Amino acid sequence: MIRVEHLYKSFDDRPVLVDVSLEIRDGETLAIIGRSGSGKSVLMKHLIGLLKPDRGRVLVDGVDINAISYEELRRIRRQFGVLFQSGALFDSMNAFENVAFPLRTFTNLSEEEIRRRVQACLELVQLPDVGPKMPDELSGGMKKRVALARAIALEPRYIIYDEPTTGLDPETANAIDELIRDLNHRLNVTGIMVTHDMHSVLSVADRVAFLYQGRMHWVGTIDELHRSDDPILLAFVKASEYQIGASIPRSA
Amino acid sequence: MLSSRSRFLLPFRALGQYTLLLVHAFSALGEFKTYRKNLFDQMVRIGIDSIPIVSMAAAFSGAVMTVQTAYQLVSPFIPKTVIGAVVAPSMILELAVVVTGFILAGRVGARIAAELGTMRVTEQIDALEAMGLNSVSYLVVPRVLAGMVMLPVLYVIAAFVGIVSGILVANLGGFLSTGEFLQGARQFFKPFDPIFGVIKAFVFGFVITSISCYKGYFTQGGAEGVGRSTTQAAVLSCVYILVADLVLAVLLL
Ligand SMILES: Nc1ncnc2c1ncn2[C@@H]1O[C@H](COP(=O)(O)OP(=O)(O)OP(=O)(O)O)[C@@H](O)[C@H]1O
Ligand SMILES: [Mg+2]
Repeated sequence: MIRVEHLYKSFDDRPVLVDVSLEIRDGETLAIIGRSGSGKSVLMKHLIGLLKPDRGRVLVDGVDINAISYEELRRIRRQFGVLFQSGALFDSMNAFENVAFPLRTFTNLSEEEIRRRVQACLELVQLPDVGPKMPDELSGGMKKRVALARAIALEPRYIIYDEPTTGLDPETANAIDELIRDLNHRLNVTGIMVTHDMHSVLSVADRVAFLYQGRMHWVGTIDELHRSDDPILLAFVKASEYQIGASIPRSA
Repeated sequence: MLSSRSRFLLPFRALGQYTLLLVHAFSALGEFKTYRKNLFDQMVRIGIDSIPIVSMAAAFSGAVMTVQTAYQLVSPFIPKTVIGAVVAPSMILELAVVVTGFILAGRVGARIAAELGTMRVTEQIDALEAMGLNSVSYLVVPRVLAGMVMLPVLYVIAAFVGIVSGILVANLGGFLSTGEFLQGARQFFKPFDPIFGVIKAFVFGFVITSISCYKGYFTQGGAEGVGRSTTQAAVLSCVYILVADLVLAVLLL
């Protein structure tokens, strides 16, 4: 379980996160939604200690990750798979080596086992043939999916997805949603999905956390979202061309 | 905008950050498994790949120095061997190592800063950290170690090439023979000179790579920031090579 308690973060005296509290329960998929610049990625980086809060705490399984040694922090980070918004593929390695990297670094698998595991991961993100390609030979959406394959390679307990479906065509986006759901059900992965894709949210998430102007404005289940009459939340949801209660066409 | 107080503190913050990075790198020395492969790659890229350009620069320095010394000392009262006595020790003591340092500052320093800077702004360093890897151990340690190992090697090559080139020019230009050159070179040769050169090369290797890693690792501000870091890495490396050169001369000579 991950708990964020009264988190404050400013950059150059400009507050980005203000008194943010949040609980991420084991086995759930939580969507963090909010407008561009509302601090979603900043919040996500606090969950693994890539950014340090000005005030407040982040607890992973009860451990305050900013009060432990770097060694211990690294041990905790190994339970996470992270898909960065930009993909963050290592551009000196091809797609195969990118996915193989965590396996080579943190396991004693044989080359043959690694090859099989990498191929399986690339197939999960529907890119069975890109192994030999360098990142700059891949499209934006393909990079993101290779990065997703890398994030799941070690079958982590927690996976953080920063905008997994942004920039993907509707069909591929559906496949990624499907994959996230499947990881959650089959491997009992706890998912934290940062997104503004409401279709994704509704088809994948158990609960939704809505960041608004640096504050955690609203947290609730999908059911509660459907019933909510919070004007700011509704405005955000409406703006994403989704109408509560109606069936939602995925906007490409 | 920065207040005047924080602007005043900026150099100290930079020094603090640089020191912290080095401490972090030092404490990561034990994680040999993390940087073994990179260390080997970097030794090739910093060292082996620099041999042609360093040799060329050393050859020109040795040649020019010989011609100019011959020009300045042309007098019936000065023995020709003096040319060898001037060129060889200068090469060994100063020229070979400084030329190597400057070339590496431009070639390797800029590349290191650009590489690490790009990795920083494209979140690749974050990705390494997020996996639970020590990014300093993975990226900084192998580059600094490779610099400290390979600069002395390049220095020895540069000194050798520079002197050989001086001898060639001395012969071709009809200034003095190989025998006279070597006789002069031996006359004022001190065994400590090449040792001092190696020490300097070692320190320059550290200066160039650590400054460039620092600039690259803490890059901010996208592609423009990478450009800024790259320039600063090359310039600062050159400046601190000169500073280190002076400090070492005062301390050790
Ligand atoms: N390292 C940083 N230094 C300074 N400011 C930053 C830094 N990282 C983020 N910010 C600022 O924090 C704010 C929130 O950024 P963040 O990346 O979290 O937005 P986001 O909600 O993820 O937006 P998007 O949906 O566009 O990705 C932005 O105004 C951004 O400029
Ligand atoms: Mg973001």
